[in-house]
Amino acid sequence: MIRTLTTTGKYVTLVVASIAMLLPIVLIVFGSLKTGQEFLATNPFTPPESLANVSNYATAFTRGGMLRGFANTVLIFAAAIAGTILIGAATAYALDRFRFLGRSAVLGLFLLATLVPGVTTQVATFQIINGLGLYNSRWALILLFMGTDIISIYIFLQFVRAIPRSLDEAAMIEGAGHLRIFLQIILPNLKPAIATVVIIKGIGIYNEFFLPFLYLPDPDLRPISTALFAFKGPFGSQWEIISAGVVITIVPILVLFLFLQRYIYNGFTSGATK
Amino acid sequence: MTTAPTGLHGPSPVDAPPPAAPAPGGAGRGRGRRRQLTPYLFLVVPVALLVLLTYVPVANMFWYSVTDWDGLDRTKNFVGLDNYVEIFTDPQNVRVFYVSLYYFAGSFVQMALALYFATLLSFDVRFKNLWKGILFFPYLINGVAIGLIFLNFLKPGGGLDTVLLSVGLDSLVHQWTGDPAIANFSLAAVSVWRYMGLNFVMFLGAIQSINSEVYEAAEIDGASRWHEFWHIILPSIRPVVGLSFILAISGALSVFEIPYVMTGGGNGTETFVIRTIWMAFNRNVVGLASAMAVVLLAVVLLVTWVQRRVVPDEEVDLT
Repeated sequence: MIRTLTTTGKYVTLVVASIAMLLPIVLIVFGSLKTGQEFLATNPFTPPESLANVSNYATAFTRGGMLRGFANTVLIFAAAIAGTILIGAATAYALDRFRFLGRSAVLGLFLLATLVPGVTTQVATFQIINGLGLYNSRWALILLFMGTDIISIYIFLQFVRAIPRSLDEAAMIEGAGHLRIFLQIILPNLKPAIATVVIIKGIGIYNEFFLPFLYLPDPDLRPISTALFAFKGPFGSQWEIISAGVVITIVPILVLFLFLQRYIYNGFTSGATK
Repeated sequence: MTTAPTGLHGPSPVDAPPPAAPAPGGAGRGRGRRRQLTPYLFLVVPVALLVLLTYVPVANMFWYSVTDWDGLDRTKNFVGLDNYVEIFTDPQNVRVFYVSLYYFAGSFVQMALALYFATLLSFDVRFKNLWKGILFFPYLINGVAIGLIFLNFLKPGGGLDTVLLSVGLDSLVHQWTGDPAIANFSLAAVSVWRYMGLNFVMFLGAIQSINSEVYEAAEIDGASRWHEFWHIILPSIRPVVGLSFILAISGALSVFEIPYVMTGGGNGTETFVIRTIWMAFNRNVVGLASAMAVVLLAVVLLVTWVQRRVVPDEEVDLT
């Protein structure tokens, strides 16, 4: 008797929690498929009259600049991720494979930096980016994404440690220099770490709002977050179009999540606990 | 990066504090100049970026915080601790600390929920992956999108009001984000919705890494589920809970996206970061804004230090 009660209770809480998680999203999807008049006249729970009404999506893409938003996000992501991988792997390689003067100082610098939350320093970082002439340039974001990502360095450090040193030594005997060992042995063996970093960092960059909001005011340079945020202005009272913009923003992440669930869970648990 | 060779002369900013132990082991020393230079070449760019984008700003921030700089002027006048005094005396500034308490309280609700669902899903449950995915997915959604989703959900006549009306709870209908008396509760709740999944997955991972033999032994001894939770699960995930606690404090102070998107900081929902940014970039009082940022940094460092003391087994073995 008690057993059935607890089992029922278990599923009831799961169902309630799932409704709480999904309902706000479902209502946005409903809204995005309604016409302007329909949106105002019907109850939020009323399903849209026509599931084929994609005009809001068209408006969001064309007048809302979502397409440009995606292009900018992809550009920034591609450059930042390449930089992050090279920086993370190079740092991890140097710190794990060499003993040199200042090694513990470097480690300490990276360790201490994990404690500095990015949002706190933007007031002063802004002056530096501005001084470099990068304000209102995609390079500002690329530089910040690849230069302040210490979590990735730690992920690489753990993986480099697991690559057997005998591989390096064998290559060295064949006359390979350190750069070649790095490029031909370390980097290829870091594939799992690279996959983790690409996924976590990719989601992070895709969702980042604060940095583009501060550094990229130009509408032509806006990545997806600030492009969506800008919907609040011209479409402020047209919730059906805002809803379409929201759905467009969520879909790529949903697809990624459905295909890469395992990697995403592993990435966030390993990245977060370090 | 490809700029490594240009850094031949510049590898030393790293060595600024030389007394730091010259690396244990010393395995690779004295094998010629090239070998000695190599690690520095690999580190030039990463360390330069680290210093440029983290340490220089932190140092500048401290310097700006004792000046009256407006962000443009060539001269910065030293004003001592005036900015700090203003932070803690101007009621407008003190308010933002108070607002962060809503999010801090929210994070306890969030951790409790996460712990509950993580425990639940670590035992036998049907459709485990489906539940796990639903609970976690909100964490992956863009913050701006979340803000807009909930503006839509909480607006007058929106989803929440409709639910309340249909079950006859008309008296509970409110201006969820418009009424200063409850706007912060609403926003903190949205924050719980957003971040619960991360806590949940972290806790679940920790629980699943507990050796299953421990449970079997406990079951033979006749332990109830509650005993298992209290004596096995909770102690083994203490480090993760400790970590979440720190993230909760620094997170509560650095809340930005949700209130900024949903209310723009209006209706008494202005947070620490919104106010700092507003000061630095709209009111051009960079000195005062920097002092606020220093305070935030100090709080985060203090909390982290306390946590490292309290939960020493959660050490960082990165050397």
